[in-house]
Amino acid sequence: MASTISLDAFLLDGVIDVKHVLETKEIAGSPNYHLTSWKRLVDWAVNQSRANSLWPMPFGTACCAIEFMATAASRYDIARFGMERQAFSPRQADVLICAGRLPFKLAPVIRRIYDQMPQPKWVISMGACASSGGIFDNYAMVQGIDTIVPVDVYVPGCPPRPEGLLYGILLLHKKIKGESLFDAMRRRDEQPLDEHGLRLPPAEIDEVSEPFGNSVHQFRSA
Amino acid sequence: MNPTARALEATFGNAIGRASELRDGWTSVTVRADRLRDVMAWLRDTPEQRYNYLVDITAVEYRDRERPLEVVYLLRSLERKSNLRVKVELDPRGELAVDSVTPLWAGADWLEREVFDMFGIVFAGHPDLRRILMWETYSEGYPLRKDFPLRGRFSRAEQVRQALNVNPEANYSLEELSIAESYDELPADMRERLRRGERGKVAGSE
Repeated sequence: MASTISLDAFLLDGVIDVKHVLETKEIAGSPNYHLTSWKRLVDWAVNQSRANSLWPMPFGTACCAIEFMATAASRYDIARFGMERQAFSPRQADVLICAGRLPFKLAPVIRRIYDQMPQPKWVISMGACASSGGIFDNYAMVQGIDTIVPVDVYVPGCPPRPEGLLYGILLLHKKIKGESLFDAMRRRDEQPLDEHGLRLPPAEIDEVSEPFGNSVHQFRSA
Repeated sequence: MNPTARALEATFGNAIGRASELRDGWTSVTVRADRLRDVMAWLRDTPEQRYNYLVDITAVEYRDRERPLEVVYLLRSLERKSNLRVKVELDPRGELAVDSVTPLWAGADWLEREVFDMFGIVFAGHPDLRRILMWETYSEGYPLRKDFPLRGRFSRAEQVRQALNVNPEANYSLEELSIAESYDELPADMRERLRRGERGKVAGSE
């Protein structure tokens, strides 16, 4: 028993309070203890593996993609975070990085790419345009890719510096390490709301697409 | 005055409107719409002119609603190193149509499609006049016209809905796909869809 606890505490160092685990009799003496610690151990191992070997699918459409290339190149080197291999095929990718503005013409394309990625999968929205439409508040541009696909991490900036993207990737690592294999809700494939393929109610899409900043002085004619 | 403009006026008379030299060194000539094809063929084939390169086709709509729309052709003679700008004026209240110059310059194909896509100007005799930048089921109008609101006519939710319902595989014409080498390897249902000329459709739009 003692060896189990110390191994567990060693592995979970930093995630839970080691001293707390060792000293709390209720946890150690609980009939569920072995089960829960086993689950935590599996989660820990799986999440470490997932977080530290993400295969990115770069969806680069604009200047953010240049910063993404800089991030991938030797000076910033996202290989340090386990992203050595760029998966230019959605079937072999874990994280979709949308770098750049997304026109409506590409909306069905990115949706299809997202649907083709196997679970588990995550999405990073890189830059102002991908996150909100940015300065392109016009007829051709999607106002935030979260109206098309679910987004895990938004990286602000126009374009974000490589440090910004790296910080976003580290945040994604943190998010992944907090997930649990045994949470059935977490990794369920997203189903569209209705036959129109929307993932948000229309009123919500209109709301998140509202103009802001200088754009509010323009008008939509009837 | 530019010798080409002088020769044009001598040859085509009142089909040629005003000619003006602009500060960028280009000479601009206005041509009546019904003589455009003749004028362009003459400019390309006459030995003294030889405007063999069509640089660009674009259109201009002015804020003054009374002014006509202009279709602008930028020509260059690669041998004579000479430029010419030819304009055709179209009455915005009438039919926005002009003859295609694709028979003269094959490169005019996509240029005219772009002008059609953005301004709604119809090029008579064009072999394949479809939208080129916006998707083919795009139904909000012509984005670069002055009466087109910047954010489009539909709500954002409707725009997202229509965009998501476009079939991304149906972006090529039957002609383009039927000459593709892999046509015979396509699944039977896709060949059938191509044969019908399917372009994708918006759910609930019928």
